[in-house]
Amino acid sequence: MATTRKDGYRPGLVDISAGQVSREIFVNEEIYREELERLFARVWLFVGHESQIPKPGDYFVSGMGEESVILCRDRAGKVHVFLNSCRHRGMKVCRYDEGNTPVFTCPYHGWSYGTDGQLVGVPYFREAYHEKLDRSRWGLVEVPRTYLYKGTVWACWDSAAPPFLEYLGDFVRYLDLTLDGWDGSEGGTEILGGIQKWRIPCNWKFPAENFCGDSYHNISHRSVDLVGIGPSGTGRRDMRERQMARRLQVAFYERGHQTGVYLFPKDQATPPSYQHSPEVSEYFAHCEEERRKKRGEWGRLIGSPGEIFPNTALHPRQPRTIAVWHPRGAHQTEVWRWYVVDSAAPQEVKDFLRDYYIRYSGPGGMTEQDDMENWNYAHAASRGTIARRYPYSYEQGLGFETENYEWQGLRIPGTVMDITDAKSSEHNLRNLYRRWAEFMEAESWGELATWRLARAAE
Amino acid sequence: MDGNERISRLLLKQEVDEFLYYEADLLDARRYDDWLALLADDVRYWMPMRRNVKVDDLEREFTREGRDISWFDEGKQTLTRRVRQIQTGIHWAEEPVSRISHVISNIRLLEANPSWAEPAEVAVGCRFLVYRNRVETETDILVGKREDLLRRVEGELKITRRRILLDQNVLLSKNLTFFF
Ligand code: FES
Ligand SMILES: [Fe+2]
Repeated sequence: MATTRKDGYRPGLVDISAGQVSREIFVNEEIYREELERLFARVWLFVGHESQIPKPGDYFVSGMGEESVILCRDRAGKVHVFLNSCRHRGMKVCRYDEGNTPVFTCPYHGWSYGTDGQLVGVPYFREAYHEKLDRSRWGLVEVPRTYLYKGTVWACWDSAAPPFLEYLGDFVRYLDLTLDGWDGSEGGTEILGGIQKWRIPCNWKFPAENFCGDSYHNISHRSVDLVGIGPSGTGRRDMRERQMARRLQVAFYERGHQTGVYLFPKDQATPPSYQHSPEVSEYFAHCEEERRKKRGEWGRLIGSPGEIFPNTALHPRQPRTIAVWHPRGAHQTEVWRWYVVDSAAPQEVKDFLRDYYIRYSGPGGMTEQDDMENWNYAHAASRGTIARRYPYSYEQGLGFETENYEWQGLRIPGTVMDITDAKSSEHNLRNLYRRWAEFMEAESWGELATWRLARAAE
Repeated sequence: MDGNERISRLLLKQEVDEFLYYEADLLDARRYDDWLALLADDVRYWMPMRRNVKVDDLEREFTREGRDISWFDEGKQTLTRRVRQIQTGIHWAEEPVSRISHVISNIRLLEANPSWAEPAEVAVGCRFLVYRNRVETETDILVGKREDLLRRVEGELKITRRRILLDQNVLLSKNLTFFF
């Protein structure tokens, strides 16, 4: 092993063909700084939900990478995302988490900005500036790209990035598994009040790769499985339905998105779940039927954890959640989690699900608590000079990927690994690092949007 | 308040102090089954999240019990499950076990029903400082206010309602695998 090395990222740290990833990319502070530039400043990031800002003047302070941003609906109803930093000398313009306001007034010297970001008030504009300051040039820095999709709000700093739906590609169908109602109704979801925010002492990629579909780590959740918090009231966290379904991992090589899915057999109804609560059981049985009617073959599919590249995690089954892994230095992550329910569900069902979500997810969640312990100490034990010399292993299922996967008449978009018999694979995790390395190496979106090159060559 | 009432109140304060310190001792000694026995069967155990909101919007500071997502919104059954999980010995977030101390202070009796002399229920306010240290150097300090409703059941005090107001916005601990 050579002892001299370049400080930051270099090709070879991620070796997909060998299924190995260097520990450097998790613990190296120089690589972390490069990530902020090459990754977080170029990708589409989840910033919130429209239902958090229903009225003109409503705002929600969110984050993109390390930076604070204001998600805001202006007086005309248009949604904006602004950098939460005063143009005058940097003060955080808004230090509330959410609210409604006609203007954002900077606490420091009193510049004020309209909800459309325009600089509308400058103390001593006449006396001190002699009316020479060009106010039109000193509005809040606005994130140039935003996109609203089924209630969710996405933003991207890079004007050269492809539009959000092109960034997703066919993966949008998997995002729909989180955002559509369980009965298949388009965008039939809402978020519950209260966004959980907490810190974990680990690199942001530990939770990110876990949510890409670490199907191998179930064993770490044995304590909760023994005790039982399953929505069916039985011993397991999971529903019985997974036993009859094909279990697939789906990765989009060119995009970096991935998810797990359960694919039900063609002519078999979903077994009942949530059985100790008749109302809830009935609601989900009804939704299962409706979804199959509305969505046809596609209605046989339900999601399991997935990730929109790079740091938006989807948990499409109950507990339905969207989580963002905000980087806070190489050694710390701040998680923000939104909880999702069907808008059309009766209150009783929403209440039941809320209780289940709190019991399962987040710092108080009996399942996730153990994940945080693992990410914390995996990171800590990888920081040493010697430890860094040994790569992590992501070899499960290498070479067993399938293109054009089809089962009982439904073709599944993406590159698929069927883990029904294999139990587990690291297919989806490899895909995260495949794309991550491309971002660390590519100088422009021209190189990253490879699907466009293929189309141009045709 | 006449003399007798003041003496009743004093005795009750003494009893409540001892009760809350005893409870803290049970938790810190990991005597979780004994701790569960101090909870009424219909106990509500709630710890909201806290928002930064404008001073004229302060009713939105806390997430709502039974409506919003909170850090905890529990009854006895789920608290019991949490205890059982720790007792499996493979709940890795608490194995190896943490070293925890509950420091309870500023105890005040807020209200007694129907009377100080014969209180069927007593509302108590206090501060808590929960110190957790685990593995080698990992340390959390969580401080806040608690409002407890205690009920006398066959002569013994039981916790019927606990509101835990943690003085944090972004939770600075990676998890909440312990009780308040
Ligand atoms: S920093 Fe905001 S007005 Fe000066
Ligand atoms: Fe997990």
